Amino acid sequence: MDINLMIDITPLLVEAAWVTVDISARALFFGFFIASALVALRTSRIPPVRWLARAYISVVRGTPYFVQLLLIFYGGPAIGLRLDPFTCGVVVGAFNIGAYMSEAMRGAIESVDSGQNEASRSLGFGRLATLQHIIMPQAAPLMIRSIGVLAIILVKNSSLVSIISVVELTYQAQRLIGSTYKPLEVFMLSALMYIVIIYAVMGIVEFLYRRATRYTFL
Amino acid sequence: MTQTTETPMVELKGVKKRFGDLEVLKGIDLSVDRGKIISIIGPSGSGKSTLLRSVNNLEVIDEGTILLDGVQVNRPDLKGLAYEKHINHIRQNMGMVFQHFNLFPHLSTLDNVTLAPRKLKGMKASDARALGMELLERVGLADKAQVYPSALSGGQKQRVAIARALAMRPKVMLFDEATSALDPELVEEVNLVMKGLAEEHMTMLIVTHEMTFARDVSDWAMFMDGGVVVEANTPEHLFSHPDQERTQHFLRKHLGAQA
Repeated sequence: MDINLMIDITPLLVEAAWVTVDISARALFFGFFIASALVALRTSRIPPVRWLARAYISVVRGTPYFVQLLLIFYGGPAIGLRLDPFTCGVVVGAFNIGAYMSEAMRGAIESVDSGQNEASRSLGFGRLATLQHIIMPQAAPLMIRSIGVLAIILVKNSSLVSIISVVELTYQAQRLIGSTYKPLEVFMLSALMYIVIIYAVMGIVEFLYRRATRYTFL
Repeated sequence: MTQTTETPMVELKGVKKRFGDLEVLKGIDLSVDRGKIISIIGPSGSGKSTLLRSVNNLEVIDEGTILLDGVQVNRPDLKGLAYEKHINHIRQNMGMVFQHFNLFPHLSTLDNVTLAPRKLKGMKASDARALGMELLERVGLADKAQVYPSALSGGQKQRVAIARALAMRPKVMLFDEATSALDPELVEEVNLVMKGLAEEHMTMLIVTHEMTFARDVSDWAMFMDGGVVVEANTPEHLFSHPDQERTQHFLRKHLGAQA
């Protein structure tokens, strides 16, 4: 093993790893809003709105992320959707993770006892205020860990955006192999960086989970 | 009596409610004067809980009219947000106590009580705190203000639930089998709080299985069965000399089971 090479390329890989973090964080951020919107649409009083949301979730879950990425990046321009590679990675990531996240959120919200809703409504809280003050604080601990798992998948899936030439961790690794011919060293190092990122995500998730469940321990 | 000319606090006229094909309320009329306490008894499935839940529109009735202090509660003419606004406002004037307490587990006892006045009435935190402490004091739980519901006994939970309902200064209190889920030794502490409210002339509608309690506190008692009011009278009369055979049968069975 060429340790010197590994030390030499570390800065380049760290820089690329930051792109991986950046693209994943943005996708997660927008994905959260897409997921919230999907949850709202799925409980709409208008049936076609509900069907549309369900159909969207089915399509996303029924197709590979890789295909979704290629479809939007290469197929998009045909319908006037021209995105630069980084933006395309964020957008497809957000819409992809949003579909999965909406299911996690819906499951958590539905598992809060219906008596909580009744108690809140009987005090005079409206639907939204009930969701905000009563339901979400209780649903949050139930969804944080599943959203964490999705965030990890999102980070790993981000390696696929290398195919549309976003210079993230995997793309950079491939480039470095092209110039060094040392796939073992380069891929081991990049794998290590994925592990670091994912452990960081898990740490954040655990922190949030503990914060959200504080009340059950007091 | 001058009271008869006053607007009743709660009034139900021809209230009907169906769940699918099953008609659970078959035309209920009821009038509750200010400061009066009405107990509703009857076997499970008689519609008594549905009736109570209809009063604050947790169940939406199919026919009839419900009035709170002269204001119509059910408004089939209102849709969407207009209805939401109306019913949220109405519900702020009614306190409801549930069989399973339904305290908010993520909030401390004090916050359970103060959440509604703070968020719905915009009460200042310090005022809400004072009000919350006063109400917790009243139900004998001031020392539990900072505790979370998971650390309370059933009886304590229900007393907090009563304080929470009182925090909105309701015109009427609705009790839906408030002591049915409690261990027998915890029933009394909740009954005492309810008796306290009775002494302060809170208007109350009480659905209960506690015959002795109903007899002691009520001004009027109703026996329901099969979605109709079979018999309504003073508690002395209804419990001691019921006119209807169905009432006699129910009371015999129920009092027998209690002994």
